[in-house]
Amino acid sequence: MKRVLSIRRNFVLYLFLLPMLLYVAVFNYAPLYGLQIAFKNFIASEGILGSPWVGFAHFEKFFSSPLFGSLLANTLILSLYQLVVSFPIPILLALVLHYTPGRKLKRITQTATYAPYFISTVVLVGMLLVFFDPTSGVGTQLLRKLGMTNPQLTMDPEAFRHLYVWSGVWQSTGWASVIYIATLAGVSPELHEAAIVDGATKMQRILHVDFPVIIPTAIILLILNCGNVMNLGFEKVYLMQTSPNLAVSEIISTYVYKIGLQGQQYSYASAIGLFNNAINFVILIAVNQAARRLGETSLW
Amino acid sequence: MVVAENPRVRKKIKLTRADTVFNITVRVVAVLALVISLYPLYFVVIASISSPEAISLGKVVFLPKEINFDAYQFVLKESRIWSGYANTIFYTVFGTVFGTAVVLMAAFALSRKELWGRNVIMKLMVFTMFFSGGLIPTYMVVNGLGLVNTRLVLILLGSVSVYNMIIARTFFQNTLPEELFEAAELDGCGTARFFLQIALPLSKAIVAVIALYVAVSHWNSYFTAMIYTTNTKLYPLQLVLRDILILGQSLTNITDASELEAMAERQRIAQIIKYVVIIVSSAPAIAAYPFLQKYFVQGVMIGSVKG
Repeated sequence: MKRVLSIRRNFVLYLFLLPMLLYVAVFNYAPLYGLQIAFKNFIASEGILGSPWVGFAHFEKFFSSPLFGSLLANTLILSLYQLVVSFPIPILLALVLHYTPGRKLKRITQTATYAPYFISTVVLVGMLLVFFDPTSGVGTQLLRKLGMTNPQLTMDPEAFRHLYVWSGVWQSTGWASVIYIATLAGVSPELHEAAIVDGATKMQRILHVDFPVIIPTAIILLILNCGNVMNLGFEKVYLMQTSPNLAVSEIISTYVYKIGLQGQQYSYASAIGLFNNAINFVILIAVNQAARRLGETSLW
Repeated sequence: MVVAENPRVRKKIKLTRADTVFNITVRVVAVLALVISLYPLYFVVIASISSPEAISLGKVVFLPKEINFDAYQFVLKESRIWSGYANTIFYTVFGTVFGTAVVLMAAFALSRKELWGRNVIMKLMVFTMFFSGGLIPTYMVVNGLGLVNTRLVLILLGSVSVYNMIIARTFFQNTLPEELFEAAELDGCGTARFFLQIALPLSKAIVAVIALYVAVSHWNSYFTAMIYTTNTKLYPLQLVLRDILILGQSLTNITDASELEAMAERQRIAQIIKYVVIIVSSAPAIAAYPFLQKYFVQGVMIGSVKG
C-alpha cells in the first residue's frame, strides 16, 4: 500500500523515466529476446517464435569451422596489443604535462594532444590511406628514405596491427590523459611538500607520491578496457580492411557483419555474436574479481 | 670522511642535477607530443594547396609548394558532399535534442530517492552497457519496426546512452541538495516545474556536456548509416567520405565529352582531392573544439566520480 502511494505521489517522476525506459526496452532488451535465434534456424516467414530450435548446432558449426582459430586469434591479439600500448601512454603523458615547467607550453601541448580525438574514424583511416599510399604517400616516402624497399603498409598484413594500434595512440592518448591530469591535480600539496623537505627528487615524488594516487583510477580504467577486449572497434577495423591484409584484419565482429547482414545467415551470425559477447562478459567479471581480491578497487 | 662531514650540501647538488635532467626531459617530451599531435593535421592542410608533383617528390615538408586551389574547386562543386553535410546537420540537431532531453529526464528521475525501484532500474540499464544482443538481433528489431532506410533511425540510434545518463545522475545527486526539493515542495512547486525552472538552470554545465557528447558522436558516426540505409539520399557526411576516401570512388562522373579535360585534371589531382575532402569535412569540428574543450574536460571529471 505504501509502495502504491509512493508511486502515485511521484507519478511525474515515472513519466520522466518513461522515454528512456522505452528506448532501452526497444533497442537493448528486445534484441536480447531476439538473441534466441542463435539457438534456432531462423526462417523469416515463421518469425522468431515459429522457427525450429536447433540447440547448439550453430555454435558447434562455428567452433569446428576452419576460420574459428584465426578469427579468435586476430581479435584477441589486436585487442591485447592495443590494451598494452594504450594503457600506460596516457599516464606518461599526464605526468609529463603535470610536471612541465611553464604554463604556456603545458596549455598548448594539452590542447594540441586533444585535437586528434575530434577527427572521425573515417577521416582517420582516410588519412592513413593517403599518407601510406604506395606511390605518392608521404609516409611511404619517409619509409623509403629509411631504407624500406617498396613499402605498402595499407596492404601489408604485417603492418596492419601496428597501423591500427599506433594510429589509435595518436588519436586518443591526449583525451585519455585528461582523467589522469585531473587525478594528479587532486594530489594533496602537503604530501609533495613533505617529500621535498625529505629531499625527494621529482622522479621519486612521482614514484612515491603520485603513483599511489593514480593507481585506483588506472585500475578502474583497466577493468573497463578489459571488459571491452572482444568489443574491438568494428568501425575502424572494417575501414582498414584490404583484401591482402584480411588474414590478420578479419575479426569476429567484422565477420559477423559479413555473414549476417551481407550473407543473410541471421542465426549463424547471431550465435557467433553471442559467443563473442559471452566471452567478453566473463572476462569483465573475472578481471573485476581479480582486482577486488588484489586491492580495494573494483567496479562493483 | 669528507663526504660524511657535509652530506647535506652534497646531496642538494645531486638533487638539483637530477631535477634539471628531469625538467629538460619533460620539456622535450612535451614538445615532441605537441609536434606529433599537430604535424599530420598541418600536413593535410599544406598538402591540400600544393601541387601533386611537389608532394610525390617529397618537397612539401614545412610549407606548401606551387600553391593552388584547384582541388578545392572540384570538391566544393561536389553535390554529394553538400547533401551529406545537410543530412549530418539534420541528424545531429534532432538526435542531440532528443538524446539530451531523454537522458536528462531519466537521470533526474533516477537521482531522486522517492523513486521506488530505482536501484533495480539502474542495474537493468547498467547491464546493457556490458551485454548487448549484438548486431543481427538489433538489426531485426529495427527492421521489424520498419525503420530501415528512414531518417528516424539515424536520429534515434546512438542518441540515448546509459553512460551519459549515469554522468548526469551523478551530477544531479551532487549539486541538488535535498533541502532544495523540500523548500520547493513547500512552496507548491511540482516535479516538472522544479526540473525545468530550478534543476536545469543549476545544471547548465552538465546539459552542455551531454549535448556535446551526443552531437560529436552523431557527427562522426558512419556505422549506423552503413548498416541501416541503402538510400544514398539519406547518407550522412561520414558515409559519403567513406565512399570517397576509403573506397576510392571518384567525384561525380562527368559524361559530357567537352569536360574530358576536366576529367584528366581530376585524375591528376586525385590524391590532393582527398586531402581537401578531409579538410572540408573536419574543419567545423576542429574549429569549434578549442571553445568547447572545457566542457568535454568537465564531462570527464564528472564521469570519473563514482556514482
